[in-house]
Amino acid sequence: MSAIIDVRNLTKTFGAFAAVKDVSFEVEAGGIFAFLGPNGAGKSTTIKMLTTVLRPTSGTIRIDGFDPVTQSHQVRRSFGIVFQDPSLDDMLTARENMDFHGVLYDISRAARRERIEQLLNFVELWDRRNSLVRDFSGGMKRRLEIARGLMHHPKIIFLDEPTLGLDPQTRNHMWQYLQELNAKNGTTVFFTTHYMEEAERIARRIAVIDRGTIIASGSADELKTQTKTESLEDAFLTLTGHSIREEEGTNLDRMRRIRGMMR
Amino acid sequence: MNAVYILWLRQFKRYIRSPARLVASLAQPMMFLIALGFGLGSIFARAGQGSYIQFLVPGIVAMSIIFSSIFSGMEMLWDRQFGFLKETLVAPVPRFAIMLGRVAGGATTAMIQGAIVLVISLAFGFRPNNWLVVPEALAVMLLISLLFSAFGMVVGSKMTDMQAFPLIMNFIVMPLFFLSGAMFPLRGLPKAMLVVATADPLSYGVDALRQLLIGTSHFGLPLDIAVLSGLTLALLFLGSYFFSRMEV
Repeated sequence: MSAIIDVRNLTKTFGAFAAVKDVSFEVEAGGIFAFLGPNGAGKSTTIKMLTTVLRPTSGTIRIDGFDPVTQSHQVRRSFGIVFQDPSLDDMLTARENMDFHGVLYDISRAARRERIEQLLNFVELWDRRNSLVRDFSGGMKRRLEIARGLMHHPKIIFLDEPTLGLDPQTRNHMWQYLQELNAKNGTTVFFTTHYMEEAERIARRIAVIDRGTIIASGSADELKTQTKTESLEDAFLTLTGHSIREEEGTNLDRMRRIRGMMR
Repeated sequence: MNAVYILWLRQFKRYIRSPARLVASLAQPMMFLIALGFGLGSIFARAGQGSYIQFLVPGIVAMSIIFSSIFSGMEMLWDRQFGFLKETLVAPVPRFAIMLGRVAGGATTAMIQGAIVLVISLAFGFRPNNWLVVPEALAVMLLISLLFSAFGMVVGSKMTDMQAFPLIMNFIVMPLFFLSGAMFPLRGLPKAMLVVATADPLSYGVDALRQLLIGTSHFGLPLDIAVLSGLTLALLFLGSYFFSRMEV
């Protein structure tokens, strides 16, 4: 099997802090790959570099054979992504957010109409299609974001903690949809999650990253054998320890306050 | 091309959905028209310069355009903070198209603001010399809007948080406005000040509007248009370069 994602000696430093240190891994085409790790382990930083929005300090990346730094346009054509944090326009309606995405990804008008209806029904937001996203709850926004990420059918789909805050129904729906897409179109799925049972059930390959370094990789069974544990959750805890990690906050809250004052 | 359109459409929708912003942004030009137009009008007339309102309105129209344009560039910061920027940055769309769409969107709203100010100024007694040139004046307003929206995007793409916003307003936008001849004739200025005004791109926008609306010009219309279009093009390319270097 050929690797559709090929990462070699990838490093990203912010000042003196190394968020990702000499990371190497491969994801085979058509695979379902889980990238696991505690908060602040370097998962999102790695995904940002794979998806062209952050330049690596050193190391090489190939996405479908292309380099995200020098061939960003080709790389962008080959993947879709559901981000960890919100990326919707709250002054647009649900349908307009979907349509915006569809146009950027060059989906024909007819296909857009069909998929928007199908996917909004799928995340149970079709009745709210003409409401501004501003009026949505956190869970609704998350569902809309999932629907939008599934709208075009790229070779690789990245999902950064997609199921965070989703109810079990939507979560199951989403995985079912992704597994179908994987089986039918051979779409490579790359995801991160904190739900270990999810990773165990869905992923065919797993890599565990901690403090910027990959500390284990293999199938769920291999990781369990390696750590002599019964479940992936235990294997994960054995590998990464039991202490709780702190993640740096963003200044989003401050921005929200400023915006409130300006309006 | 579709991408340019949808980016434009998004910004236009955001604009018409925030009526508060529209009303708020009209307050300042009105204030200038009232305070300066009526306050300095008699002095201006006594100095033999004619009607100050006639002279001032093109400047105030240009002012509302530059403020509105820069503000649309600052919207990029909201997009960054609220995550929407990522959605456009990972899309397989040439960066020049993203720049073009955003600039077109910002320029459209800025031009509408300028047109509204122009209409309001009629209530203050402003009359263009010739109504037939109003479409040409609108075209110049669009050009000014494009120039400063592109400028706003260039600035916006280099900024990472809102802290720098007052800095940009006080050290770039305000000087551009006050030194542009929007409020005073360039003829007879001290030499140093004339040099500054000549280097200020807004001067050419104001000058072109004055030529069309009230028939007086310092630089002449061809030079005005050449400077405005040349700078717009340069900023569009610079902006798309910055866009391609952007990280989140």
